[in-house]
Formats: sequence, structure tokens, C-alpha cells
Amino acid sequence: MQRVAVVVFPGSNCDADTLDAARAAGSDAYYVWHRDTDLKQPDAVILPGGFSYGDYLRSGAIARFSPVLRAVSAHARAGGAVLGICNGFQILCEAGLLPGALMRNARLKFLSRPVQVRVEATDTPFTRSYERGEELTLPIAHGDGRYVADAQTAAELEANGQVVLRYVTDNPNGSMHDIAGVSNAGRNVVGIMPHPERRNAQLLGGQDGARVFLSLEARNATQHAGDMRAVDGRHLRV
Amino acid sequence: MSAYTVEIRVMPRASLLDPQGQAVQHALQALGFGDVASVRAGKHLVLQVQAATREEAAAKARTMCDRLLANPVTEDYECNVSQ
Repeated sequence: MQRVAVVVFPGSNCDADTLDAARAAGSDAYYVWHRDTDLKQPDAVILPGGFSYGDYLRSGAIARFSPVLRAVSAHARAGGAVLGICNGFQILCEAGLLPGALMRNARLKFLSRPVQVRVEATDTPFTRSYERGEELTLPIAHGDGRYVADAQTAAELEANGQVVLRYVTDNPNGSMHDIAGVSNAGRNVVGIMPHPERRNAQLLGGQDGARVFLSLEARNATQHAGDMRAVDGRHLRV
Repeated sequence: MSAYTVEIRVMPRASLLDPQGQAVQHALQALGFGDVASVRAGKHLVLQVQAATREEAAAKARTMCDRLLANPVTEDYECNVSQ
């Protein structure tokens, strides 16, 4: 069982769903308030979606100076797993834990609907239970989701396999290279715009997002079983 | 220490799409201002800063921009200091 810290900022609104999704996957998930400086020894940290600090100035720009971000940065720099979902992705970019930035959607509208994304990297703690190239239906809900990076950074992301999720057929927000999610060079920090916690059960219209959270437990199981694929196939395929 | 007024202009980088500016341009064109060739929309911040000298006020403002007020990936800024 993995310990998963879900950070709550003023204005977070996907924290409860994220906590539930992590628990449904078998993790010991708990909240950490943004003013706390102790993450209580998590295996993974998740920055959930929402509108931290009202998105004032820029999405994520103020949250990145919350006291908890120091602990999150230290956890990330030590190789610990960190996932940012939507606003959490924006915060990780603002904090410099992920390259690039997220700008206003190209057609300005706030978009809340399912999109198709392709899993491009399975060597991260949050995507290891997916198959590379697998296409998923996941909901997006954002106004600032247009991923941008300078040309050199974008080329490096592609060359190093740091693009984790990519929009398929329809790029909803004008992201460069159709990018929906990236990782850092070490693969331990991941940011994605779609919301896997909103699609982890048939009751919610599908369970394509469940394996983001099950991947954490798969890592745990791998340590004992030694064969991730077997563990994946037997227990975790949903 | 003196009080300085620092005006900061933060603009989306010229090479990046500015959909807000484009939307304003389209609205202006719809109103008959067809000769507007382009619009870019940014932010204007006005700060009152205590500093010993004008240079110190400008240096503080640049640090504020680098750390918080502008995103180095997507935005450029200019600071103008007056007393």
C-alpha cells in the first residue's frame, strides 16, 4: 500500500475525487493542507485540479509559493513521485518542477468535456500500468491548457520521451505538439491536463483513468513480484 | 528611503499566440475599425515601493518580475520607475 499525499490549496476542487480515486486503487491517501510543511513521508504526492488562489496573476503562479511546495520540491528532487492534474500541472510548471507553461486556450473558451488522449510514455510512476500507444477517453476541464515551451525544450521533450499524454485527432486547446501531459527528465514528476480521477469507474462513464492510480500500487507490487506485466495482467487490468 | 512608483508592463511573448488580443482585434474589426492590424493584450501593474534610490527600486521590481510577476517561458516585461 502506497502513501499518497493529496495537497489541498485554497481553491482546489478536485481534491476529494483525487483522494477517493487513490483510495479506490488501494492506496493510503490523505490530505495535506498547503500551509503544512510536512508531507508525512508519502510515496507519492498529487497536486489536484481546481483554481488555487482564484488563478490570480497566472494559473498556479501564487500556489507555487505555498509553504508545502518546498516539501514537494524536496520530495521531487529526491526522486519521489509527484503528479499534477490540471491546476496541479500548472503549479508544477510555475514551480519549475516541469518544463514549459500552460497558457489560455487558443479559442479562449473554458472546455469541460471528454477528449481522446494517447499514452506516449509508460516509464513513469503514474502510467506504468498502461500500454504504450493505448488511447484513452478522459475528461478535461480547463481554461488555461495550451502547453507551450521554447523550441529547444519541445525538441528535448520529444527526444527524451517526456511527452506522457498526447491529444488524438482533436487538439482542444492549441497545445504545441498536441501535448496533454509531460514528465521531467527523471520521469518521477508528471503533469497532465485531463482528469483521471473523474473517470475511474463505470458509474462515471468509464474507467480509463483508474490505472493512473493503480500504477502506483503496481510499482509497489512489482517490488515483491518482480514481474510487473504479470502483476498488471492478473490484478490491475480494469 | 523614498517612495517610488513602479509601473510594470507584462506582455505575452511576441512569438506566442495571443488569443485574447486576437479576440479584441476581431471585435474592433466588427465595430468598423478594420485598419487595426493587430492587438496584443497584456497586464499593467502599478506598485508603490520603498527604496533608497531609483536604481534600487528598479532592481527590486526586476526581481519581483523574475520570481512572480512574469512567467519567463511565456512573457516579457518592462519596468518604469518614477518618484
